[in-house]
Amino acid sequence: MTVATREAPPEVAPAPAVPGGRRRWTRLILPTYTWLMILYFSLPILVMIVFGFNDTKGRLNLRWQGFTLHWYTDLFSIPALTTALRNSLIIAVISTVISTVIGTMIGLALGRYRFRGKGAYDLMIFSAISAPELVLGASLLSLFVTTQFVRGFVTIVIAHVAFSVSFVAVTVRARVLGLDPSLEEAAQDLGADPWTTFRKITLPLLAPGIVAGALLAFALSIDDYVVTSFVNGQVETFPIWVYGATRIGVPPQVNVMGTLIFLGGAAIAVGNALLARRQRA
Amino acid sequence: MSARGGRARLVPYLVGLPGGLWLVLFFVVPLLVMFSLSLQSGNAEEGFRFTWAWSNYTDAWDFYSTQFIRSIVYALIVTGLCLVLAYPTAYWIAFYGGARKTTYLFLILLPFFVSFVIRTASWKFILNDEGFLLGPLKDAGLLPQDFHLLATTTAVLGGLTYNYLPFMVLPLYVALERIDPSLVEAAHDLYAGRASAFRRVVLPLSLPGVFAGVLITFVPVASDFVNSGILGGTQTTMIGNVIQTVYLRNNDYPLASAMSFLLMAALLVGIFTYARALGTEQVMEVSQR
Repeated sequence: MTVATREAPPEVAPAPAVPGGRRRWTRLILPTYTWLMILYFSLPILVMIVFGFNDTKGRLNLRWQGFTLHWYTDLFSIPALTTALRNSLIIAVISTVISTVIGTMIGLALGRYRFRGKGAYDLMIFSAISAPELVLGASLLSLFVTTQFVRGFVTIVIAHVAFSVSFVAVTVRARVLGLDPSLEEAAQDLGADPWTTFRKITLPLLAPGIVAGALLAFALSIDDYVVTSFVNGQVETFPIWVYGATRIGVPPQVNVMGTLIFLGGAAIAVGNALLARRQRA
Repeated sequence: MSARGGRARLVPYLVGLPGGLWLVLFFVVPLLVMFSLSLQSGNAEEGFRFTWAWSNYTDAWDFYSTQFIRSIVYALIVTGLCLVLAYPTAYWIAFYGGARKTTYLFLILLPFFVSFVIRTASWKFILNDEGFLLGPLKDAGLLPQDFHLLATTTAVLGGLTYNYLPFMVLPLYVALERIDPSLVEAAHDLYAGRASAFRRVVLPLSLPGVFAGVLITFVPVASDFVNSGILGGTQTTMIGNVIQTVYLRNNDYPLASAMSFLLMAALLVGIFTYARALGTEQVMEVSQR
């Protein structure tokens, strides 16, 4: 999820000043509105974080009852929730590795070569990205039901790779298209064989795109409820468990886990942005 | 890198093969299987047989047209709300964000760092009848005791709008950010006021972003079932909820397949009409940011 903007265009000059003070307060409307939107976006997250510290007595976590840290110390006291979180992490790692490898290869093939059938690849990737998750899940379930394939861990990984591989492919392809071919030519002129050129020049240059694709694949996998709910069988992942828990009330441990995942993700994103900035400087 | 011979010509096929195979096996084939399943009849115990049972499609519509129509209506309302809410923000960040553009965008995208289900569960918690928001208001007598937001259309539409708003902000921002500010200045030099410069320069140039935003908001909203599942009630059931139930609880795979196919066909026709009108490249480019 890179939101790195390209070269910042020159600062926009504020619209020509109109004499009189009328403009002054109207100019505050949009920034105020934007900050209100940001507040609205963060509200459920703030609530999630704050109520992870709530000293609630029963299972229901509804009103503020005092500050406590014991949900942090009792983080793993609900065995089914812990198992679900572990499943999610394992599935995310495996599906990220697979989709990053094969997605990168598609990205290379599409970004670098012209070949017969390229249009079909493009169409397939475009459809896979734009197809509603519901349809992906329902069609995979149809396949597994028809072939009587037992649903569980393996089918979840298959499904997660199926929906994240296209995102990796388009991310890497964008990077391939931006490569300067003269760098590879220079390596070949200096006597590097194609494989060495690929390993020493192409791959390092593609690395940011591959990393971005992998992070995206990981985020998609660990967050997925819709597709997983069709193919999980008896295996529960973190989102599946939480969805089930919303019926009776979500225990504060979920708030804590959500908070930790949030902080981890935000730290990676900020770190990534800072790193990119330093490299550019 | 020109094809030097037979072997070199094979390279792109070999490199693209594993991923392509995965997509064929687990994206294209399942769709075909689902289509075949949607024309079968039978039951879960004795198995299903292919009988060209088009009746599944008419049944799907006869039984669940309410939920179909409700999903489309919800998606239209939510997409409209998202567009109206997102445009001013995207506009301000793109034109006046200055050096902090990326920071603002990051703040807008913060929800994405929390699981979709947890975000929605958090809204359920906020809107709870006896929760920290409504509870005190009721105790103070500002709201009637039987006032509730959960299980209403308002809650579902609110949840959908919240969850899909960033999908609208991003493409709008990308389109607006591309507009050369000197075009706006030129409009002002030619004596256009702020309103008419916006209407005649900025708005038309941002239309690709509007189209892309509408597309990538409408499709997932129409097929969403998490929001109505967590925040809604029996009166807000969407087609996604029905499909999930018919698949997983009723095990009526042919009927569920027919419903999924109807939904997908309707949405895909929409997507490709849009893509045609805009050019696939542009839609792809925007959707990958």
